[in-house]
Amino acid sequence: MFLIYVLVPIFQSIWISFHDWDGLGAKEWIGLQNYVELMDDDTFYVSLHNNVLWLVLYLLSIPAGLAVALFLNQTVTGIRLYKSLFFFPFVISQVVVGLMFTWFYAPNFGLFSQSIEWLTGTQVAVLADERYVTYAIIVAGLWPQTAYCMILYLTGLNNINTEQVEAARMDGAKGFKLLWYIILPQLAPATFIAMVVTVIGSLRSFDLVSIMTAGGPYGSSQVLSYFMYEQALSEYGFRMGYGAAIAVVLFLIMMVFISLFIVRMLSQERNA
Amino acid sequence: MFPTPIQKASPLVRSGYKVMLPIALFLWLLPLIGVALTSVRPAGDLAAGNYFGIPSGFAGFENYSAVFQNSPIGYYILNSFKVTIPTVIGAVALSCLTGFALAVYKFKSNLFLFFLFVAGNFIPFQILMVPVRDLTLKMGFYDTTMGLVLFHVAFQTGFCTLFMRNFIKGLPFALIESARVEGVSEWQIFRHIVLPLMRPAIAALSVLVFTFVWNDYFWATVLVQGQHAMPVTAGLNALNGQWVAAWHLVSAGSIVAALPPVAMFFLMQKHFIAGLTLGATKG
Repeated sequence: MFLIYVLVPIFQSIWISFHDWDGLGAKEWIGLQNYVELMDDDTFYVSLHNNVLWLVLYLLSIPAGLAVALFLNQTVTGIRLYKSLFFFPFVISQVVVGLMFTWFYAPNFGLFSQSIEWLTGTQVAVLADERYVTYAIIVAGLWPQTAYCMILYLTGLNNINTEQVEAARMDGAKGFKLLWYIILPQLAPATFIAMVVTVIGSLRSFDLVSIMTAGGPYGSSQVLSYFMYEQALSEYGFRMGYGAAIAVVLFLIMMVFISLFIVRMLSQERNA
Repeated sequence: MFPTPIQKASPLVRSGYKVMLPIALFLWLLPLIGVALTSVRPAGDLAAGNYFGIPSGFAGFENYSAVFQNSPIGYYILNSFKVTIPTVIGAVALSCLTGFALAVYKFKSNLFLFFLFVAGNFIPFQILMVPVRDLTLKMGFYDTTMGLVLFHVAFQTGFCTLFMRNFIKGLPFALIESARVEGVSEWQIFRHIVLPLMRPAIAALSVLVFTFVWNDYFWATVLVQGQHAMPVTAGLNALNGQWVAAWHLVSAGSIVAALPPVAMFFLMQKHFIAGLTLGATKG
């Protein structure tokens, strides 16, 4: 089943990407033409650029998650409830998150635009502004992702070797130094998982873009995954071949990270 | 423990921390709180520009019942359950078997197969979109909950197998060995020895898969078109289009749609977090 639904379609997609196909009629072999067209497509570069932005900014959720985890890693009454409430955003559907932030950003009455107006005196409709729109969406994405990284780090902090920490304290290590030299190395596995999940999440980003702006205004918040969806399956036409070509590009980018992950797992298996 | 336990800090810092906690939480959940407040706000408040003040009255029930009466959201939620529950059962059952096979038996392509599952798990699903849609159409499952279930089971099996295999690997292998020596059949070993030990993993996976599938939006838009099979995530977005500016209704709808996974999370918190972090702490 996994074979039919996941593995075979990968190759089918690559195959389709060499065709001109509307999803119904006959496929027409056009070789690399889809890719050539892609190279000339401005939207493609916008998407690529935005994907890189996503990738880089999305990684902020890792230090942010660590910070929140450190903040919450205490034992006071009710802390368990706090931890779960902080984790909340991750459990909520991205659709709901998207709607919430759309409302949060909404011009005139959104909490965000009101505070901006209060601070600077001018209104900014972030989701309708080409300059800010991608950042605004990424912030919405960071919200649940930070929660996820936080949980990973909280668990990691729980399993830290206390003797080592005490020993380091004896030697006079404190604060940031202690964190950097003693704690972080012990959190490496958590960091690794957080990296993998965040990178993949950032490349897959679709839901938020689709909900919040549908790639607009003027395609300025496009990302590869939404771009391909739009080309292959929407009112813009059923250009399956072209869409598949975009997906292949995305796949190749992702493959770099997947291979890294697998190489690491492989070495772990050997050691185990 | 790191950072230093707050109990050792001065009383000033300690009470400062206790004050900070709720403030931080409030800021963190601000978008959510805003939406929750809006969902109980009477429509008149919004028209009057009272977006953030105290609601002039409590209209929670009106808004929520309006959502259920004026939109097919109840139907969407039912669809979501129709997709989610069979998927959870299917994916978890399948991955128990595959995980067991990959963890216990040594065969040539074992590691290769395992990595296939892992890689499949991380693939950008956009690359599957066109062929999977085509396949679903050809099988006649397009626009049905069945089509979504089949795909989700297949896709989630990748992640579940990875999870199960690592979990079974962690079980004491001697148990299986000794059963084998006693002449217990492989199937019996699986059923009577391994399966009971897997209970926590099964619980953790079920909650996780439930949340993932419930929250899926991409496949819901790709494989479903009409109302009759649309899960609540896609349905909510459709409603958002219809109710432009009726934010009190959109908010109420959002809250309703978010409720099942949230409830699941609170009920099964321990398992949920164990599931997410498995592998993050060891290795």
